[in-house]
Amino acid sequence: MSPAGLYVHIPFCRQKCAYCNFYSIVLEKDPSPFIHALLKELSFYADEFECFDTIYIGGGTPSILPVQSIADILTAVGRNYTILPEPEITVEVNPGDAESAYLESLRLSGVNRINIGIQSFDDRLLRFLGRRHDHRQAGAAIENAIAAGFDNIGLDLIYGIPGQTFGLWQETLSLALSFRPHHLSCYQLTLEADTSLGQQFADNLFDLPGDAAQAEFFFTTADFLENSGYIHYEVSNFARSASLFSRHNQKYWQHQPYLGLGPSAHSFCRGKRWWNHRSVEKYVDALLNGETPVEDAEILTADQLRTEALFLGFRTRWGIDLCDFEEKCHFNLLDEKRDALQRLAAAGLIEISGGRIRPTRTGLAVADQLALL
Amino acid sequence: MEHIRNFSIIAHIDHGKSTLADRLIQHTGVVNDRNFKDQILDNMEIERERGITIKSQAICLPYKARDGKTYALNLIDTPGHVDFSYEVSRSLASCEGVLLLIDAAQGVQAQTLANLYLAMEHDLEIIPVINKIDLPSADVERVIGQIETELGLDADSHLQCSAKEGTGIEEILETVVRRIPPPAGDPAAPLAALIFDAHYDPFRGTVIYCRIFAGQLKAGDIIRLMFNNALYRVEEVGHFLLNREKRQNLSAGEVGYIIAGVKTVSDVRTGDTITLENRPCEKPLPGFKEVKPVVYASIYPIASDDYEDLADSLEKFKLNDASFIYQKDSSVALGQGFRCGFLGLLHLDIVQERLEREYDLSIILSVPSVRFRFTLKDGAVLEVDNPAHYPDPIAIAKSEEPYIRAVMMMPDRYLGAVMKLCMEKRGANSTLTYTGPGRAELIFEMPLAEVIYDFYDRFKSVTQGYGSFDYDVIDYRESQLVLLDILVNGEKVDALSQIVHRERARARGLQACERLKEEIPRQMFKIAIQGVIGGEIISRTTISPFRKDVTAKCYGGDITRKRKLLEKQKKGKKRMKMIGSVSIPQSAFLAVLKSDAS
Repeated sequence: MSPAGLYVHIPFCRQKCAYCNFYSIVLEKDPSPFIHALLKELSFYADEFECFDTIYIGGGTPSILPVQSIADILTAVGRNYTILPEPEITVEVNPGDAESAYLESLRLSGVNRINIGIQSFDDRLLRFLGRRHDHRQAGAAIENAIAAGFDNIGLDLIYGIPGQTFGLWQETLSLALSFRPHHLSCYQLTLEADTSLGQQFADNLFDLPGDAAQAEFFFTTADFLENSGYIHYEVSNFARSASLFSRHNQKYWQHQPYLGLGPSAHSFCRGKRWWNHRSVEKYVDALLNGETPVEDAEILTADQLRTEALFLGFRTRWGIDLCDFEEKCHFNLLDEKRDALQRLAAAGLIEISGGRIRPTRTGLAVADQLALL
Repeated sequence: MEHIRNFSIIAHIDHGKSTLADRLIQHTGVVNDRNFKDQILDNMEIERERGITIKSQAICLPYKARDGKTYALNLIDTPGHVDFSYEVSRSLASCEGVLLLIDAAQGVQAQTLANLYLAMEHDLEIIPVINKIDLPSADVERVIGQIETELGLDADSHLQCSAKEGTGIEEILETVVRRIPPPAGDPAAPLAALIFDAHYDPFRGTVIYCRIFAGQLKAGDIIRLMFNNALYRVEEVGHFLLNREKRQNLSAGEVGYIIAGVKTVSDVRTGDTITLENRPCEKPLPGFKEVKPVVYASIYPIASDDYEDLADSLEKFKLNDASFIYQKDSSVALGQGFRCGFLGLLHLDIVQERLEREYDLSIILSVPSVRFRFTLKDGAVLEVDNPAHYPDPIAIAKSEEPYIRAVMMMPDRYLGAVMKLCMEKRGANSTLTYTGPGRAELIFEMPLAEVIYDFYDRFKSVTQGYGSFDYDVIDYRESQLVLLDILVNGEKVDALSQIVHRERARARGLQACERLKEEIPRQMFKIAIQGVIGGEIISRTTISPFRKDVTAKCYGGDITRKRKLLEKQKKGKKRMKMIGSVSIPQSAFLAVLKSDAS
């Protein structure tokens, strides 16, 4: 089995962003009962997971925690599991928390990759998104990260925000590139019903860019970043070189095993997926009682495994390895779906060569539909 | 037998048959109030959803009359829509009398008359009942006048009720007992039982619904089905209360069911006579008039593997819907299927839905067509109800299409709009008669093809629901016909072809393209839809492909959710027919016939 990835979910924020539907609560009291619970959960899975080569601390807002807590978590991981040599250890950082001293300590505690939630350099759009930082803090955060010695810095950006013209988006992208980040995630704004923006949209308070405009955003972004030397390796992800691809996130797209700790975190191992309670309270209570905080689990059927392998594979530029797919899903794609694949290839949506089916950039934009072939 | 009354309620659609049936059932206490639900005889889901009766239903009501005796009143509830008059006619063959229900506000309508004539053909006792007298717009005096003048019945014989409020119900039951004669027929004579309906029960085999005209029948008897001499041993006989109620025997005059382990579904034919093997009756009872379908369409399984299932289901379905006919057919685009005949578009719609619900089938129906007639230059005459069999145009000497005589009744303020609609539908030779103050009867001769083409919906809408409509096919008339083909991405989809009048062809072609554009969801490729007549493209639309359809974020917690969404989409896609590279939904085939106005 390929080495597993470890995800740790820190479910706290200073305030909820208007678009975000990841599980988190506003931190009002001491987080240490949660940290204790988390350390306890860490000790539960030594039988299923021996070693990790990536660790990703996300949220929520992990940078809301003192560096000591992050260090404690990493130490505990090392105590319970083997961390393979040259691991990728990422922490998500909020621009408002990215003080030089904080970042430096983070790096000294073993973190070697940080991902900064910039989202935009336009203050008006940042306010619309409910972010608490402004463009100055965003720039300072990146500079501080560079100064702290990080040599793998990722930035998150959002496009397709109401009121955002192509011009404004281009400006944000150019500003981001001026810092030469190693990694960029450019997400189309997606509204979920259970968020404040989702509700406002349902109440017709604003409009989203139409279908054609969304496609335009997607393709101009890819063009612009590729011309600037970035590799478009997943629908929303770009990196300056293959060695800078997010190693942790690739595990999700390749059905490799991962262990998710913390409320709402998902784990996957040998065709089984399970997920934790989406509530800090339930999560902590379960662990206090010595139980795993798992809410539910599913064992994927062959059909489900196949569907997932398809839609996950088509999200990435390396696509689907046919041998690998047949071995894992017991399904010969080339034989069973010959006509459909030929049509997709003729339409310029995929390329079939070297034992792989790769989406073209046009195909990447409709990856979910490709998976329905 | 003195204590049996077999009767039916007939009326124009929406005049309150099912509601009156509900009240009669409640009044006789067959169901207690707790178990009662509205439209209780309409036990098909689809009947309740649409608020209409499709199938006739029989129920035996025990009623203690004022004379102190208890009677068995066999009530048969019947459908009202013009497409189902065949159901009515079959039910009437089992009755001695009818309640002719008339809406106090709407008065006599086209189906009131049509159903009255059916009852008269069967020589039945007719009791006019004015319903909905509680309505503010009720005009009882006017309706009484209509009973005399338009129906030619004795107005003094009428009853009044409000089925909704439950008034006048007892008087109706008393009148049924007093005026409708008990059934005739000799219980000692050889058995003669008329099959008027049947359905397939997966546990018991075919359940036969019959009316005993002579003789007796009990479990253990060996029966003979007279048309093919098939023999079966009777397992059970009984009456219908709300469910089947087992009885010792069935005797002359009674209506009931027979279970005889009939597994060969095609042995049972509605209209056939059942007799006893050891003491047969001399000749079969007069059966039912054979119905001629007016609309044809092909049914195909969405997945070709389901063909055998479809064949099996159609056989069972036919048992319960004698007016439905079918034979094998095949399509270049859709594969193996069946060509089917229907009594009208509503009938077609209902059949499609029943097949899907009751037999769990996913099917596609081709664009409906009427039966055209072509005389070829070599003198041969072809009847074509499937556009796929349209002859080579060079060989055609004469084309003809069926015409109907449409009878429409309405308040005269709608005359203008209705006339305009009929002219648009190539109507001719109209006659207008005033049947009473402000009420007009309009008769038009129209091509049947125009009537199946969204006429009924538009008629209802221009008369705001106050108009009624009935028709008979009268003859074939010469007409300029052409074949309109539809190409999807350059591939001809034969199930979308239509035979149309030359002058209408261009408009139909445009309409078909527009409708298909609305019905076919966007896909990953550009889809070109073209209307073609004789090689010439007369209309064209394109459906642009998705340019972007991908989830922005997909990490650990998003995967299960995303998969579930895709599984749902996949399911939806399975309900579509792949033609070449294009998935076409079921709805597209019928939508081709719909115009903007409907």
